[in-house]
Amino acid sequence: MMPSVRHDRRSGATPALSANLQESRLIAGLLIAVALGYLGLFLVVPVIAVFAKALAKGVATYWAVISDPMAWASIRLTVIAAAIAVPLNTVFGLAASWAIAKFDFPGKNVLLTVIDLPFSVSPVISGMMFVLLFGAQGLFGGWLITHDIKIIFAVPGIVLATVFVTFPFVARELIPLMQAQGNDEEEAARTLGAGGWQIFFRVTLPNVKWGLLYGVIMCNARAMGEFGAVSVVSGHIRGLTNTMPLHVEILYNEYQFASAFGVASLLTLLALVTLASRRAIEWRATAEGVRQQPRQTQKEDR
Amino acid sequence: MSIEVRHISKRFGEFVALADINLTISTGELVALLGPSGSGKTTLLRVIAGLESPDRGSVSVEGQDITGSNVRDRRVGFVFQHYALFRQMTVFENIAFGLRVRPRRQRPAARDIRDKVHKLLTLVRLEQMAERYPAQLSGGQRQRVALARALAVEPKILLLDEPFGALDAKVRQELRRWLRRLHDDIGITSVFVTHDQEEALELADRVVVMREGRIEQVGKPEEVYEDPATPFVYDFLGHVNVFHGRVEEGALQFGAFSLELPPEDLPDTTAAVAYARPHLLDIDHQPTERPQFRATIEYLNTAGPLVKVELATETGSVVHVEVSQERYRQLGLRKGDEVFVGVKDMRVFPQHHNGVRQGKPV
Repeated sequence: MMPSVRHDRRSGATPALSANLQESRLIAGLLIAVALGYLGLFLVVPVIAVFAKALAKGVATYWAVISDPMAWASIRLTVIAAAIAVPLNTVFGLAASWAIAKFDFPGKNVLLTVIDLPFSVSPVISGMMFVLLFGAQGLFGGWLITHDIKIIFAVPGIVLATVFVTFPFVARELIPLMQAQGNDEEEAARTLGAGGWQIFFRVTLPNVKWGLLYGVIMCNARAMGEFGAVSVVSGHIRGLTNTMPLHVEILYNEYQFASAFGVASLLTLLALVTLASRRAIEWRATAEGVRQQPRQTQKEDR
Repeated sequence: MSIEVRHISKRFGEFVALADINLTISTGELVALLGPSGSGKTTLLRVIAGLESPDRGSVSVEGQDITGSNVRDRRVGFVFQHYALFRQMTVFENIAFGLRVRPRRQRPAARDIRDKVHKLLTLVRLEQMAERYPAQLSGGQRQRVALARALAVEPKILLLDEPFGALDAKVRQELRRWLRRLHDDIGITSVFVTHDQEEALELADRVVVMREGRIEQVGKPEEVYEDPATPFVYDFLGHVNVFHGRVEEGALQFGAFSLELPPEDLPDTTAAVAYARPHLLDIDHQPTERPQFRATIEYLNTAGPLVKVELATETGSVVHVEVSQERYRQLGLRKGDEVFVGVKDMRVFPQHHNGVRQGKPV
């Protein structure tokens, strides 16, 4: 094989070479077809199906489904939970990754491991942990009842569960990025007379802004889409403690398919917006020539 | 402004980075901290800057103890090895940074900042680059931006960590001379770290040779080169031939050749090491007055101002000699020639030397 290729190259004509290329092109085409087919079957078709089902009875029905008070209540609760969980975890994620990437301190590995906990625990278990803590029979249950504070089967429980489950997203995005960037620019800023907050807002934050935004968007997607943990602590009180995913489930179980898929289509829309923003961020970050952070959340070996 | 370092020690865990360092740098001097990696030179620089705090000892600038003071109050210009430019800012904003972060009352007006930055851009010859981002600059340009940024805050002293380490050879040469001229123009007390002996010898007023957290020798470039205090300094500064031998009856015995030593120098049967730079050895076809040994020419490199000759002694060890092109032609040297290698100058140290100055010229 090799001698013939070499010979062809020397003579100018390259039939053997192009035959090789043709073959690899064929394989590439085949692989692409398989990948696209797979994606279509398992991702695109279901998404289209959701919208098709939601709009099956016409736009008027769709509108009625979405503007239903119970649906609205679930949307509002979902937005509230995300509006609390995302900023909290953004601040926490920034603080944790700043501490982990820029400083050495005892307990650093423990912190790294604990940050990953919500990723490794099943969301249902996460929900149950809060029931164990704050439920009527739980650790703080008696105290909460005597002070008439409701956490489980109420909005605070849903917010807590959402915060817990979305805890790692921002930190996980920023830690590898900050570690790769090192400490040099911060040190340079310090020698130039900048204070801690000046360094943070003028140097550190601009350097990680795309990674941060990326983490926030992923955090938000999860906060709005979370089902398991929230389901355990919610109690499914319609109009009060139902988030959108929970509301979809209830409607579905009641065979109200049009309504179920109507609300589901909103969540699907959120997913599509998330994907689009992700692409936009990656595109912007690359255009700016900023080093992209590794996509996977990798295990730290430090 | 003068810098005084007194009894500075610093450990990282078990690793001793600095062990009781004492050093005085006078106003306007350009001093090189020279040593291999792990010698503590960068740590010393960072201690002076306040980026590391020493375990013991003190640092003073212009007689004022600054050991406990914060980096941001020290007014120290620091140029980082990899420049550490702010990647999200333009060249202009990088240089203006130190002025913009000042407390409102001390902050210059916007126009003054602009004038100052443009003056610095002219100084580092980057007038056209003000709106570029660091990623759009070459290594040498980034280095000059880093320097301008450090100078913008009108530092009392300028510290440079391996300033030319990441540049290619030609740019390094140019920038080196440019930095020397710049230093002479603005006269700021400067300390730079390098592991490149040539750089240290060419650029610095004084060279501080460091090894394993200690100072081996401090001196003018010609002093440390011509008159090294320890075998380490000899070894580290330039090429050197090492001869292992033994002192017997007041002479160093090295295979077939012996070297008369001054009588009181080393006791008999001391294992000794002799050092000779390639240009301090000479080649002859006949025996001469000088101490000599026989060797065979193995390899000749005639490119450059000096001819580099590699020879093998009778015991098989390799010796490097440098002779002038003129001398090379006069001798008509060829590969395989059996010649005499004469010693013009050589320095003998006892074998287990521990840093105390004992070597004497022979």
